[in-house]
Amino acid sequence: MNRQIVISGVGGQGVLFITRLLAQAFMDGGSPVLTSETHGMAQRGGIVISHLKGGDFQSPLIRPGHADLLIALKTETLDQHCGFLKQNGEAVVNAANGAVAGRGLEGITIKTVDADRLAETDNSPGSVNLYMLGAALSLGSICSVDSVKEQVRLRLAKKEEIVVQSALSALDRGFSAVNES
Amino acid sequence: MSKIKNLSLMLGNEALARGLVESGCAMATAYPGTPSSEILPAVGFWKTAENLDGLHVQWAVNEKVAFEIAYTGSIAGLRSAVAMKQVGLNVAADPFMSAAYLGVKGGFLVISADDPGPHSSQTEQDSRLFAMAAKIPVLDPDSPKQARQMAETGFTLSEAFEIPVMIRPTTRVCHARQDIETRTIPKSQSRASFEKNPGRWAATPKFRYQLHNELEEKLKEIAAYPPTAPVCLTPDVLSDKALVVSGVAAAHARDIVRELASKEKVTLYQVVQPFPLHNDFIESILADHSEILVLEETAGVIEMQLGRRDRVRGKNSGHVPKTGELLPETIEQVITDFLSLETVCRQLEPKPGKRPTLCAGCPHRASFFAIKRAAPKGIYTSDIGCYTLGMNLGGVDTVLCMGAAVSQAAGFSHAYDDANRPPIVATIGDSTFFHGGIPALIDAVVHKARMLLVILDNRTTAMTGNQPTPATGKDVLGGDVAAVDLEKLVLGCGVDYLKTADPMDGKTFLPLLKEAVAHARLNGPAVVISRSPCLLSLSKKEMENNYRSIEIADTCDGCGYCTSHFECPALVMDLEAGRVSVDKILCTGCGACIQVCPKKSIILEADARSVSIDGEVEKI
Repeated sequence: MNRQIVISGVGGQGVLFITRLLAQAFMDGGSPVLTSETHGMAQRGGIVISHLKGGDFQSPLIRPGHADLLIALKTETLDQHCGFLKQNGEAVVNAANGAVAGRGLEGITIKTVDADRLAETDNSPGSVNLYMLGAALSLGSICSVDSVKEQVRLRLAKKEEIVVQSALSALDRGFSAVNES
Repeated sequence: MSKIKNLSLMLGNEALARGLVESGCAMATAYPGTPSSEILPAVGFWKTAENLDGLHVQWAVNEKVAFEIAYTGSIAGLRSAVAMKQVGLNVAADPFMSAAYLGVKGGFLVISADDPGPHSSQTEQDSRLFAMAAKIPVLDPDSPKQARQMAETGFTLSEAFEIPVMIRPTTRVCHARQDIETRTIPKSQSRASFEKNPGRWAATPKFRYQLHNELEEKLKEIAAYPPTAPVCLTPDVLSDKALVVSGVAAAHARDIVRELASKEKVTLYQVVQPFPLHNDFIESILADHSEILVLEETAGVIEMQLGRRDRVRGKNSGHVPKTGELLPETIEQVITDFLSLETVCRQLEPKPGKRPTLCAGCPHRASFFAIKRAAPKGIYTSDIGCYTLGMNLGGVDTVLCMGAAVSQAAGFSHAYDDANRPPIVATIGDSTFFHGGIPALIDAVVHKARMLLVILDNRTTAMTGNQPTPATGKDVLGGDVAAVDLEKLVLGCGVDYLKTADPMDGKTFLPLLKEAVAHARLNGPAVVISRSPCLLSLSKKEMENNYRSIEIADTCDGCGYCTSHFECPALVMDLEAGRVSVDKILCTGCGACIQVCPKKSIILEADARSVSIDGEVEKI
């Protein structure tokens, strides 16, 4: 199955981390993967974007109008990057419920999750990326939550168990906190 | 780790590094620079993981030194590689041009990573043009997989003709990730063995002429070397028109040509060695096709060698944009135009985004804030690194290239006469100072430039991912190495006014800067080492220990002084409330902003509590 996903946010939010989790999960599912990442100066608080392609592709970049899914870790990156979505594509946006109503392009579905508020409530500011990934996984069109959880355990294998558990619970919290836009 | 054996998800730079170690590379050097920075640490990773004791891996003080060390490994008979970004090759240009004449013994790869866009560079220069100027072959990978493969191809080519070989990946190869099937790494048996031959390794101009002739002979043969010849990707298609693609543009084009196949078929050739272009290929493609479109980044190198402007389209003919990155949507447009098909491809409208900024809690911010107050109306020269972002704070007027902050400050000093010279303050990072600032500082001392140099010493090479500097005392693997004392080095350059201070301590830092500015205006160069560690290099525990909770007092009237002059991302102007608030997710609790507010409204939470308790007491 060919899947094209754009993940965007600002430097420091952990866009690269969740891109890698998904890419590894795709790979373990037997799919070839290609990603394209932002490194360097933009990582200092500027806009960071990852392209993730699973399936039969040569190019690491997604063309505008071709992405199946956009995961926007900041509300403002929805405006920046919704042009990547294809007709009937979906966007999952870090925003308060109703905050992005009427935004984006015609023909795309927008769902929101208030990941900043979740992070504040849980006192876990570094987990915004995982709430968002959990929310995106709830759409059911990417891959199973379990396959991503397995990657979290592998990637954080050297960390304390409490860190692993907090990451896994962030995925679950995001998974069940999605709102229609 | 993957469930499938020997399959790993690798960054292009890691794949290239893997190719180096799988091919028996015995010496690897680099200076960090986006997009090349991850190559050397990956070589180091496998050195440790696979116990490759004979493999020498090191960061060098700059690209010239890195080049010369690895090149010498090669003339001692070892397979060697040096990695850098494209502007790093400018720094290494001197040994690069000469090494082409002298040639090599063990395979020698010059990896120069280009950055079309540019995403994180000063120029979009095409390293393949540099390879042409030096008269050495260059390979252009289209993906992490091909980059891995090209290491072996490159070493073999290099040894077959005793010539340096360039591998030129671009950002979209370096920073792409792909599933890579790894091969076993051979235990290197190679030992250094330098055969003296001063006529060659120390050749005088007379012999250099001879070597130049030999180089031309080598190039002629390399332009007919079968393993690097262009490949026809569509052997079944016979079309009048042909596409010639290279690098990541080849990857984009292959997907697009496949999509268009139902409408129009076109013969597709991939060039893996853009220079020297194979002679047979030039002849056959011009004989077999009437119109040819070349897609390559960043200059028209292949196009230039094909000649025939009447039949070949590309950058030089004006059919492909000469600047910026060749994005797949642009390539789709160019190809559909070439094939006279209707276009449906969409372009993304550029929208104003968030500009990069110094991290919340970055000590550079405190340095710039103090510099502007110590030398108002000054000229501020700066350099390459995170602190280029001091521009957002009005603390950076010029940025040219590595080390130029110092020489540009001297240049301004000499350009103005004594009566009209404004204060001149140069800022440079510690790693950049080691890289290119030292000769410039010596020159400033000799010619008594009236300038203050502030060395922003955060003990790391932050912008590129916190690699060690010569002062860190750590190597690429984290092991202990000798550390150079920055103060002694500055004094050794002949500077007689040197102070070291912590920019996060505004009360002592500002007066010290003012004194240094005054000294420099009268007496010649002064140096202040502004020393405070990069937050990205601190552990979580160290961060927690430094944390002090910041509050905005009710006296804040939303004047915006802090958000515009200090520009910390954790200080947010709430336009509705008409006041500033602290973004607790971003705030690192460094407390540097407390000194910034003219109304003293930025306070420690602890102080806020004591104020309110005092208030209660008064009421009672």
